[in-house]
Amino acid sequence: MTDTPLTLAQTDGRALARLRRWWSGETANPVKRVQFDRPLTPWMFLLPQLAVVAIFFYWPSVQAVTSSFYLEDPFGFGATFVGLDNYTDALTSRGYLSTASFTAFFCVVVTALSLGIGLLLAVKADKVIRGAETYKTLLISVYAIAPPVAGLIGMMFFDMHMGPFTEIAAWFGHDLRVGIDYWDTASALIVISVWKQIPYNFIFFLSGLQSVPVSVREAALIDARSGWRRFRDITLPLLAPTAFFLLVINITYTMFDTFPIIDVIVKDKPANNPMTLVYKVYLDGFKGNDIGGSSAQSVILMVVVAALTVLQFRFLERRVHYG
Amino acid sequence: MQKIKPLDHAILILGALFLCLPVVMALMSSTQAAIDIHSNGLYITPGSEGAATYGKVLTQRGGFTGDVTGLLMLTNSMIMGLGFAVGKIVLSMMAAYALVYFRFRFATLMFWAIFATLLLPLEVRIMPSYQVMSELHLLNTYTGLIVPLLASATGTFFFRQFFRSVPDELLEAARIDGAGPVKFFIDVLVPLSKTMMSAIFIIMFIYGWNQYLWPLLMTTDESFFTLMRGIKSILQVWVGSQIPDYNEAFALAVLAMVPPVAVVVIFQRMFIKGLTESDK
Repeated sequence: MTDTPLTLAQTDGRALARLRRWWSGETANPVKRVQFDRPLTPWMFLLPQLAVVAIFFYWPSVQAVTSSFYLEDPFGFGATFVGLDNYTDALTSRGYLSTASFTAFFCVVVTALSLGIGLLLAVKADKVIRGAETYKTLLISVYAIAPPVAGLIGMMFFDMHMGPFTEIAAWFGHDLRVGIDYWDTASALIVISVWKQIPYNFIFFLSGLQSVPVSVREAALIDARSGWRRFRDITLPLLAPTAFFLLVINITYTMFDTFPIIDVIVKDKPANNPMTLVYKVYLDGFKGNDIGGSSAQSVILMVVVAALTVLQFRFLERRVHYG
Repeated sequence: MQKIKPLDHAILILGALFLCLPVVMALMSSTQAAIDIHSNGLYITPGSEGAATYGKVLTQRGGFTGDVTGLLMLTNSMIMGLGFAVGKIVLSMMAAYALVYFRFRFATLMFWAIFATLLLPLEVRIMPSYQVMSELHLLNTYTGLIVPLLASATGTFFFRQFFRSVPDELLEAARIDGAGPVKFFIDVLVPLSKTMMSAIFIIMFIYGWNQYLWPLLMTTDESFFTLMRGIKSILQVWVGSQIPDYNEAFALAVLAMVPPVAVVVIFQRMFIKGLTESDK
């Protein structure tokens, strides 16, 4: 598992070689020893996917980038080129910065909690024998619930008239006002988002744990008496690849897939409510009709996600080759 | 083996309760009368209003123009889930086949062109996507609901990995027998991929069924509303009403979650396989 970091020159050399291969007929690393050698048939198979990707991915993506440089008239009378104004406006506005910091905070808390709880449950489910299948089914079943449904159920639990959580908070003398108070809404969003994401992490951690060979487990039992040490020195390092993969997935989940939860809880009323950057793109674009500003925010987000995905890809490739 | 402490079970039970109790309470509360929920809070026991509530939600027209029933939304969600899953499998199997089994010019370029779609989720390009859809006059159509969501390489990536693991000897044997690329695909590769196809089908069905943002933007005509879109409108109707129809909202939530949850529970093994091997 040793991995020597590449020097800059090596990376450059690789990129060049890759470019050269793009223009020749050769595939980067021939995936099959034998391949069909026909000029037209592969295009026939590729065409549907390529068409969908070109029309519904590249066209809008290019449009997002171009319209981020224009100021569009809200009534549809043309657009003026404004250069980087939309970007500077977005990056210097107070609303954007507070949304960005909330998004970062939200990502850290939701990721930490759902990974932590998912891991804890997976370790315990891996250990027990009696009822293991039942626990597994119960813990997994929530995975399939859609975020908006999770949001709706959560909304009821935090309802100001009859929500159980509101009552529990009242025992402690706290007047829980979700949708009105900034931090109350934030806590509700966190609880619901974590609830929705635990099963996903649980599934991956459990399958990671169960792929640890029996021989390793037995050796660990002999070497380390304390369960905690066994967990820290053996299980955790073996789970590291899974954990890293999940880390990236959880961050993207919190940034993007929580949109419906926020929409259900906040209900288009941003007044003093926390929201994520993606929700702001939607609000500014569709409710505020600020197409240029919304596109500029989209492009900023694209850069962030692209970076995250590249990170994940590098890792995926590694796991495929050496795992 | 390791010792099992009661604490382990306690943690698991607590976790299962935390995850499942809200679902059970939603289910039970959907069978109670709205007024009881309003005054007593959520229930963990079944009530007697269930049949009436579900009957009303499924068959009575609601919403703004009064066009949409729960049954229609259920059908639309089903069309969305099935259409997406089938479309995804067909498109991505074909593309992955071309990428793995053919030597052709620009193959690497095409690989990257398709896999670049994994970089940007739909959410970051919603505004321009909406504009493209309205230029193509695809708003309020099933095509508009399903096809744009297919523009992501998740399935292609999955099938590419799988095809790479198929032994080379199969192709050699097929070629000796005189099978062309189309015949090899349909007669050898497709039957071989059955398990993989079912696994990916489950994941994609849930994904399509659970879509929220896209249907929200693409459909203004209520006859195209999915259950997820229905949740949005039930919340909009809510603002201002004295005693909200809690029971109906819960019934809608139950309708929206039963099919995907059932699929996961019934096909658990296959679902986990699809999920952990496709890496989303």
